[in-house]
Amino acid sequence: MSYAVNGGRPVFAGLDMDIPRGRITAVMGPSGTGKTTLLRLITGQVRADLGTITVAGQELRGIRRADLYVLRRRMGMLFQNGALLTDLSVFENVAFPLREHTDLPERLIRQLVLTKLQAVGLRGAAQLMPSELSGGMSRRVALARAIVMDPEILIYDEPFVGLDPISLGVILRLIRRLNDALGITSIVVSHDVHEISTVADAVFLLSGGKVVARGTPQELQSYPSEVVRQFIGGLADGPVPFHFPAPDYFGELLARSEDA
Amino acid sequence: MKLIQELLESLAEALVGLGAVMRFLLRLVAASPRALLRVDLISQQIYNAGALSLVIIMLSGLFVGMVLGLQGFQLLQRFGSEEALGTAATIGLVKELGPVVTALLFAGRAGTALASELGLMRATDQLSAMEMMAVDPIRRVVVPRFLGGVIAMPLLAAIFSVIGIYGAQLVGVQIMGVDSGSFWSQMRGAVSLSDVNEGIVKSSIFGVTCSLIAVYQGYYAVPTAEGVGRATTRTVVTSAVFILFLDYLITAAFL
Repeated sequence: MSYAVNGGRPVFAGLDMDIPRGRITAVMGPSGTGKTTLLRLITGQVRADLGTITVAGQELRGIRRADLYVLRRRMGMLFQNGALLTDLSVFENVAFPLREHTDLPERLIRQLVLTKLQAVGLRGAAQLMPSELSGGMSRRVALARAIVMDPEILIYDEPFVGLDPISLGVILRLIRRLNDALGITSIVVSHDVHEISTVADAVFLLSGGKVVARGTPQELQSYPSEVVRQFIGGLADGPVPFHFPAPDYFGELLARSEDA
Repeated sequence: MKLIQELLESLAEALVGLGAVMRFLLRLVAASPRALLRVDLISQQIYNAGALSLVIIMLSGLFVGMVLGLQGFQLLQRFGSEEALGTAATIGLVKELGPVVTALLFAGRAGTALASELGLMRATDQLSAMEMMAVDPIRRVVVPRFLGGVIAMPLLAAIFSVIGIYGAQLVGVQIMGVDSGSFWSQMRGAVSLSDVNEGIVKSSIFGVTCSLIAVYQGYYAVPTAEGVGRATTRTVVTSAVFILFLDYLITAAFL
């Protein structure tokens, strides 16, 4: 699959990935490699320029909006900042997909919402507003909302960013528990090497619009590639350069002093 | 030559923008029948756009009416026809000042609130989250806000005019000593249903214009703090220009 933003610089060129059903797959890579764009492609928010993307047996190329919405009901997504609806309480946020897509009686909606909030440990926060929640709590509420329709695929966009160690541990445990208990296919986009290695079954490492490494977290530790070594080891310079492309340093300094 | 080219480019850009807004309006109209079934969402937005603007509308209406009473009295007194104050103030308010000032206030109060709310929803991924939950944000979020504004505007304009007439009466009759019977009877005799209709048509068109501009600017706001701020400013400026331009066209059409 290939994709470029508005026909400009290609984000992906010949990307080939196969995400296994029922397991936790991590998509990693340096900042700016298009991890979030990949999620947008998988969820049909943007369309690939070339090639095909197949999600749960459904080809996304040329898919009608109505069919895409049907497919999305089988998916849940956890956004980086939670993306809770700020004018609704925690309870109503989790109940939102149920109210929009089902005609379930209020009693059943209440039970379902409380069950999901209990699963993420926030049943006691049901009546709070999103503005009263911490970052970790927001993400857990968003997770409860993402699983309330019992999706087959659960997508996490940078779920560990900005979390304290306790919240981070809670989210990691939830990702593992939800995957095992519900048999969900999980896709986790992150660049947190350590956290991912504790939870993922398989890892894809992206760089330069391609998959540069794939395997288990353990296999990636000893992967024979400079890019992988730089990323796993957190080295400042390497195949992914420290400096953004620029003209010659001294040349530019001198040119400026002449201008002055 | 370069100036002409720049002018033509600006004109072409404006036409493309207008086309995009019209296409957006068609999307809203197409989604409206289903959205109308959600009475709870629409009534909430009528409350947000209408009820929450009531105080500013009523206060402004009162002061505009009082000024109209004072100015009208001074002018009519010169011709010895101060009894016609009720007619002058009412026609001025119902046909012109009521719809126009209400629309300008609406753009400043409810329009900016709509644009910034939608812009922030875009910036904080709330609209994307809805799409991911297979909920169309146009139908669920934008259309109720648009319809709420469209319904609220004529009601607000009517309230503005009524309070304005009371303000004119307060100054003209209570303070300046115009005969109360003359004030009301001349007003009833001279103001026709077509005058009221003109006011209703104007405020309805302004309602569609202001609400459309606000939700369009908010929905397509660049998802940054600066982008949301710019969308809010554009809402007020564009609404004000269109209100005054359309006011002239509608007035000419009713002559």
